[in-house]
Amino acid sequence: MAAESAVLETIDQFGPHLSYPSGLRLDTTVDPDKVVKTHCCFCGQQCGIQLKVKDNVVIGFEPWEEFPFNRGMLCPKGVRRYLQGAHPDRLLTAYERDANAPGGFRPMEYNAAIQRVASEIGRIQSTYGPDAFAILSGASLTTEKTYLMGKFARMCLRTANIDYNGRLCMVSAGAANKKTFGIDRSANPWSDIPKAEVILIAGSNVAECSPITTNYVWQARENGAKVIVVDPRITPIARTCDLFLPVKPGRDAALFNGILHLMIEHGWIDQPFINEFTVGFEQVAEHVRQWTPQKTAEVTGITERAIRQAAEMWGAAKSSFLLHARGIEHHSHGVQNVLSTMNIVLASGRIGREGCGYGTITGQANGQGGREHGQKCDQLPGWRDIDNPEHRAHVAKVWGISPDELPGKGVDAYELFRKIDRGEIRGLLSICFNPKVSLPDNNFIGRMLEKLEFYVAIDFFLNESARHANVVLPGSLQEEDEGVVTSAEGRVIKINKCVDPPGEARQDWRIIQDIARALGRERGFTFQSPREIFDELRRASAGGVADYSGITYEKVERQLGVFWPCPSEDHPGTPRLFERGSWNPVAHGQGPFYFADGRARFNVATYTPPAEDVDAEYPLMLSTGRVISHFLSGTQTRRIGPLVDQYPEPRIELHPQLAQQLGIADQDWATVESRRGSCTLRAQVVRTIRPDTVFVPYHWAGLKSINQVTIAAQDPISKIPEYKVCAVRLRKEDAPPEYAHQLEPHQ
Amino acid sequence: MSVPEHHEFFIDPGRCIGCQACVHACSECDTHRGHPMIHLEYIDRELTTQTVPVICMHCDTPTCAEVCPADAIKRTGDGVVQTARKPRCIACNNCVLACPFGVPKMKGEFELMMKCDMCYDRTSTGKRPMCATVCPSGALYFGTIEEVETLRKSAVPTNRFQFGQQSIRTKVQMMVPKSRRPEYVDVTSALDEAPTGQDMSLNIISDLCITALAQ
Repeated sequence: MAAESAVLETIDQFGPHLSYPSGLRLDTTVDPDKVVKTHCCFCGQQCGIQLKVKDNVVIGFEPWEEFPFNRGMLCPKGVRRYLQGAHPDRLLTAYERDANAPGGFRPMEYNAAIQRVASEIGRIQSTYGPDAFAILSGASLTTEKTYLMGKFARMCLRTANIDYNGRLCMVSAGAANKKTFGIDRSANPWSDIPKAEVILIAGSNVAECSPITTNYVWQARENGAKVIVVDPRITPIARTCDLFLPVKPGRDAALFNGILHLMIEHGWIDQPFINEFTVGFEQVAEHVRQWTPQKTAEVTGITERAIRQAAEMWGAAKSSFLLHARGIEHHSHGVQNVLSTMNIVLASGRIGREGCGYGTITGQANGQGGREHGQKCDQLPGWRDIDNPEHRAHVAKVWGISPDELPGKGVDAYELFRKIDRGEIRGLLSICFNPKVSLPDNNFIGRMLEKLEFYVAIDFFLNESARHANVVLPGSLQEEDEGVVTSAEGRVIKINKCVDPPGEARQDWRIIQDIARALGRERGFTFQSPREIFDELRRASAGGVADYSGITYEKVERQLGVFWPCPSEDHPGTPRLFERGSWNPVAHGQGPFYFADGRARFNVATYTPPAEDVDAEYPLMLSTGRVISHFLSGTQTRRIGPLVDQYPEPRIELHPQLAQQLGIADQDWATVESRRGSCTLRAQVVRTIRPDTVFVPYHWAGLKSINQVTIAAQDPISKIPEYKVCAVRLRKEDAPPEYAHQLEPHQ
Repeated sequence: MSVPEHHEFFIDPGRCIGCQACVHACSECDTHRGHPMIHLEYIDRELTTQTVPVICMHCDTPTCAEVCPADAIKRTGDGVVQTARKPRCIACNNCVLACPFGVPKMKGEFELMMKCDMCYDRTSTGKRPMCATVCPSGALYFGTIEEVETLRKSAVPTNRFQFGQQSIRTKVQMMVPKSRRPEYVDVTSALDEAPTGQDMSLNIISDLCITALAQ
């Protein structure tokens, strides 16, 4: 009870509180001081938007109809995103933990806080070694900041242990992209979608998670395209599709292997393309021989008829676009699932041409750029490998150090917590990452954050992870800084500064440099602006696969975005990858793909069941995901009143057949429970979900966090956690939970 | 001030994804900030994710105005039916009850019926209405009939509706499937129909084997 009242006190002091339009934001007579063309702070679509600024406050928005990706379109998060600024919960000073202070934190003078952080880093690293201090970064930061975080870890702290929250998001796609194409980016601009005859959407709740993509899909449909959706739920994009494949969670590789089996059987493959541009088809063809329609149906829970229909619609098409997202990636075999989709793309030969494409839809604002320039545990800028001596030499030269000074490969974001458990990591700096909400089995994460000797969090709000911090440094909102991000299409775009950070809050890159200076290691961390960081990043990425060297801020503004790779200033950028005859720095003209021989790789995609399958004790599958009005761990959206009003709390979606069996009615309280934890929420009875599966969105914290229940099983290659399936049981609750009367609407 | 003559408003419920960007954006509009004039309806969430954005249809002979005892609801020369006039509106709710499309809402705090006026402030200065500008699925679209004919090959616009004995013609166009091409939308008789587009997918879901559920 004591712990719970402390949480309530922290919430009372630091939020989440709800922000609604008020004052200047309601005054219809006010003319803004300026209107700034920039982009939304939330998802990887990176919609263009104009923000209206008055007296250093963003007071509203105006659609930006010239920006070509969204042409003024926005989702509710984009419309209301401005309400995150001038927020009552905003951290205006540094804080340090003090059990006697209101809410458990005492304001601290900024420079004193920086000094304390530096001295703790120094103490921990000198006592336990450099790797005992770790960094967790994020993919919602600008590319300049992500580059700086990687450089700060390797060059200033000399720790191997840096990773980022793209580990929960893009890594399965990234690993499979690398294995298949040798480059990790959506292969086509979205403008190819409406030109395709068939659109296959696998594991992507497009309408809620990447709403603007909806219009591209609908436009394809208007042009006569067939739409196939693979999902355990009939999401809004699936409602009117031509073919819905309600896959049993975690069985995607089986489905696509089964489709490839039928493509081969019926000759729906492009043999000349396979011969000329790929390697490894025979082994894959041999592997999918076992995936007969009958076996595929048994494993996937989809009827044989529907599987045959899908194979024919996909196989016989002249042009196509395959889109996937976390639905097939968040698995202990996420990479295999993605490889299985790439195999049906390669076998069709429909890639590298107009209207023939492939894309993985990024989740975070900079889900693409944030995974390219060195904040991953195994990566250096320009999508270079930290294990590759040539790559190390290139980056070390740009940084002015010896390659020997660069640490080696670190561990992934989840393993990092296991290292805390083992006492190998004693200190942590986090920025733009809320692991207490977003990592699976998060009661363990909370214990590990408490176990640290020192934890410093940089954030603009005191999120649920930062509540465990010893020191909190007041960082900046997206609209308080400038820099580039790369959208789902691979388009590098420019975030423009609208307002100054309030109070003692600082732009994040300044905070990092202040720490470097306090450590007495400021060499390499004396940038005066994001532009200077970007110019160094351009040099560091030059010659790499993710080559940004020809991109400038001016070119981005002029062209309304530049698609990388862009290897020289007179290069226009590369909207569509893998065009016939195209040159790249790996193949050197041998072929369009990013391998020495220029050929793409077929990879055998092995099906294995989820890490935790259902049994008599836990007979249901739990899947998790997002809703339209919230974003990721909710640090921002759970503080924006109109977005909270739209979807105030998580609900358990279940099918009426299951509801009837368990005696649960719509809106009843019910508990979903796994071997790791439980969560009591209201039920929502809908026919739009498989009867053997329940779904709960993950944006909430504390007792409403479904990640108390999810499993920390990870893909062996990508290390992505298996958010999309674990075994649970469900029971009706006769009374509301204790928290129902206490924590609403705060959490 | 008037809506550009060649521009029309089109609603395509077949595209709606229920995101409510339209409702949020409406309440950010400069003339009535904080108060959305439109809303979104779920048809039957247990059965389907189908939703419909409800904006004013701007009837040629508006029922809301006809039933208003205070003559508070006016229609402009170019066919836009406006929010009730504040000095006249007596907050009687007649219009709310009578509108066959369920558009007007009574704002209790102002004792005033407020509803969509097709973003007169924006359209009169060459901008598109807020809702139709932000709508990420194109369910709300503001443009010319030629644009719609080019872009929307699977549907055709209609502006004739039948509610029992009442025939209504509207300024706003509703997109209907080209394959059906009805002379008018018979709303009353459609009330008994299940939402379309569901049969195939629902059958697939209900056919699933759920033996794993046996406890």
